[in-house]
Amino acid sequence: MHTWLPKILLTGVLAVAAVAAHAASMPQFRLVLKDQRFQPATLKVPAKTKFKLLVTNDNTVPSEFESTDFNREKIVLPNSTITVFIGPLAKGTYKFYDDFHQSTKGTLVAE
Amino acid sequence: MLGIALLVFREVLEAALIVTVVAAATRGVPRRAVFVGGGIALGVAGAVIVALCMGFIEGSLGGIGQEVFEAAVLLAAVVMIGWHVTWMSSHGKEMVQHMQRVTDAVKAGSSSIAILLAVVALAVLREGSEIVLFLFGMAAGGAGKSGFLAGVPLGLAGGVAVGFALYFGLLRIPLRHFFTVTNWMLVVLAAGLAATAAGFLIQANLLPALGSQLWDSSWLLKNSSIVGQAVHILTGYEARPAGMQLVFWIATFALLAAGMRLMAWRMRVQRNRSQPASTTGLSPNAAAATHGA
Repeated sequence: MHTWLPKILLTGVLAVAAVAAHAASMPQFRLVLKDQRFQPATLKVPAKTKFKLLVTNDNTVPSEFESTDFNREKIVLPNSTITVFIGPLAKGTYKFYDDFHQSTKGTLVAE
Repeated sequence: MLGIALLVFREVLEAALIVTVVAAATRGVPRRAVFVGGGIALGVAGAVIVALCMGFIEGSLGGIGQEVFEAAVLLAAVVMIGWHVTWMSSHGKEMVQHMQRVTDAVKAGSSSIAILLAVVALAVLREGSEIVLFLFGMAAGGAGKSGFLAGVPLGLAGGVAVGFALYFGLLRIPLRHFFTVTNWMLVVLAAGLAATAAGFLIQANLLPALGSQLWDSSWLLKNSSIVGQAVHILTGYEARPAGMQLVFWIATFALLAAGMRLMAWRMRVQRNRSQPASTTGLSPNAAAATHGA
């Protein structure tokens, strides 16, 4: 009946596929939360490039990966990994922390 | 203990500020306390359910479930606030004029009040689920009982106290300006929630950032400070906003402001048309009754 509906759906699927393909080719980095510390505590990433960050929580309690420097927040349950997309960031250093355990901190260095 | 109190305070503060603006905007509405209280209770129940289902939410949609969920909750609140402010623009004036005797207009508005109940519930749900997960972790991590018994009530009381302070501050606004102020506060609040939703969609890579840091005003007001956080909730303030967040903020503000103007204009036109009825000696109440029938 609606001839435009399949077209819109197709466009949507293609757009999602394009985003997914783009995400797959993105640089990827990894952080691990263990014993209430970020490993590594300092992570080097390319400046002016969007990248994908995987954060794994190896502790037994939930954490929240957060940064007001690069505006991200996401809960990381125990024994699980989250994905956040960050950037493109200008050159510089950016702090991040575990919002549930404020003494657990780390730094992102974009260069 | 202080760590627990501080986190509970910050999360409660965010929800309390939204509840306060809603409570002020529904001043004079019958059974308002029931609606606001009900909204908070629903939100608390929802927070526990969301916290329990967090693993499922996160795992769904290929790892971006958390962002999509947060954005959906925020945007639902934006739509509801939008509905309320446009309704208020058509009935707000009567509410002020007949504040003492409750008019049909206010009763008819209970559907709009029910919508604000949902806004309260969503705000409490969003912040509450973080508190639940945090406290669960603290308990599992072996935090002492005394830490909970002192920290949780302390943080809760602090957040609620700030909410009440804002509420009584707002009550000092003269009545004839009161709903104008609270309505515009709701519009700015909604614009901020929309911008925050955009932030989550950027984080999930569903939206382009259009410039990941448009400017940096963290030297003036940091988002990590308590004041910065309060301003963030009330207006959507970001020290380092993404371009797309600004687009969402402006679009929401413009849409709601236009909606309010349009409804106020339609109301004036209707009132001018019904002018002859009031000159025939019908009291406003009788006119409202015939209108209602």
